[in-house]
Amino acid sequence: MRQTIFCLLALLAILAVLPGCGIKPWVKPYERHLLADPIMNFSRDPASAAYETHVYQARESARGAEGSQGGGCGCN
Amino acid sequence: MRFTRPALLGALALLWGLMPLLAAVLPEDRSDALYHAYDGGGLEVNGPSILVRKQVSKNSSLSANYYVDSITSATIDVITAASPYTEKRTEKSVGVDYLFNKSIMSMGYTNSVENDFDAQSTFFTISQDMFGDLTTISMGYARGWDEITKTGDPDFKEDADRQSYSLGISQVMTKHMLLALNFQTITDEGFLNNPYRSVRYLDPGNANGYSFEPEVYPRTRTSNAVALRAIYYLPYRASIRGEYRYFSDDWGIRAFNAGVNYTHPIGKNWLLDFKYRYYEQGKADFYSDLFPYAQAQNYLARDKEMSSYSNQTFGFGVSYQIFPKGMRYIDKGSINLKYDYILFEYDDFRDITRSGFAPGEEPLYGFSASVTQLFLSIWY
Repeated sequence: MRQTIFCLLALLAILAVLPGCGIKPWVKPYERHLLADPIMNFSRDPASAAYETHVYQARESARGAEGSQGGGCGCN
Repeated sequence: MRFTRPALLGALALLWGLMPLLAAVLPEDRSDALYHAYDGGGLEVNGPSILVRKQVSKNSSLSANYYVDSITSATIDVITAASPYTEKRTEKSVGVDYLFNKSIMSMGYTNSVENDFDAQSTFFTISQDMFGDLTTISMGYARGWDEITKTGDPDFKEDADRQSYSLGISQVMTKHMLLALNFQTITDEGFLNNPYRSVRYLDPGNANGYSFEPEVYPRTRTSNAVALRAIYYLPYRASIRGEYRYFSDDWGIRAFNAGVNYTHPIGKNWLLDFKYRYYEQGKADFYSDLFPYAQAQNYLARDKEMSSYSNQTFGFGVSYQIFPKGMRYIDKGSINLKYDYILFEYDDFRDITRSGFAPGEEPLYGFSASVTQLFLSIWY
């Protein structure tokens, strides 16, 4: 557990320092219109995504890193 | 709770699905009114979910969710060791998001109530855009407290505490592609099994050849999950999304799931979604469909969610945009219908409702489920 937290903190520290390295964005803001399309959302409808996560959480032992809301107990 | 697994810390992820991938902005003002229905394996669950989100100042947005599961259960676990039952679970959540430069801080609280299971959880997440807004880093912490009671046993009262640590990275890869990597560690401590579930063991003194005794789980559990997701804008207006997740815990369970989604607009108002997902897990170290004798080991499980099994989901969705030009205070809206067909196949959980077989020789269990969602979304 401590090892996991340490790794996460170390990774964050590295990421916090990186902006000073002068990396330039390779996709310019005016080139991101396709990415802004609603069909490019990982989870377009939050209430629906939360429900689907809940359906799986209630029936599978795997949990976490779903990328969308879960919640409550596994009642259904 | 009779047919439930212990509460999971889901509140942490309240925002993960909403995290903006293109510069730090607050989530859109929208409301969803959803009706959900699950039917499979002798279990029927349905109810509403109402989600409302509104920006209340230049930098802050509030959200609230009201969710109900109305449950009628006559699953194989229930009919073989207990009685069919009905119950209701009500979950209420509130959350707030605060935007500060390129950071978004979010926190929330969730309360879930059943007749024999109360769960509370709270979360805090922070996300930060960097590298010309091509990268978003987010991390979160959540804590949950469960209180478990048992119908018919007023002296039974147990607790479980849960903690969750999350880290997420979203990355703009190209003009057409986004990538997201998520990690999550969850630790539980307390009463972690279902007080109504039993294991079976060989008992030559019983006419069936076996008897039941209560499950016993360890009082701690730690799990890790890592997931990689990518979404790609095709050469025409459509997107394809892929996902892979690997999971392991200190109960010996290893699992993975992989899936693909395809979204295809038709005209200006219609959107079609197609989905396939595969999930597979190995059993917990202390799981057995049939123990050799009573109290055969310290920890005992025969919960089919602890067994080796796989499932496949075939999904379809259709969305129709309404008010495309807006109407008074409404910017736009949509009506949505989703249907998932899920097929469950167990590798070492046997169907003991089938008669005429020796203990341990019964056919393996399997069932299919239908999951339907109908919802209205309004942006304002």
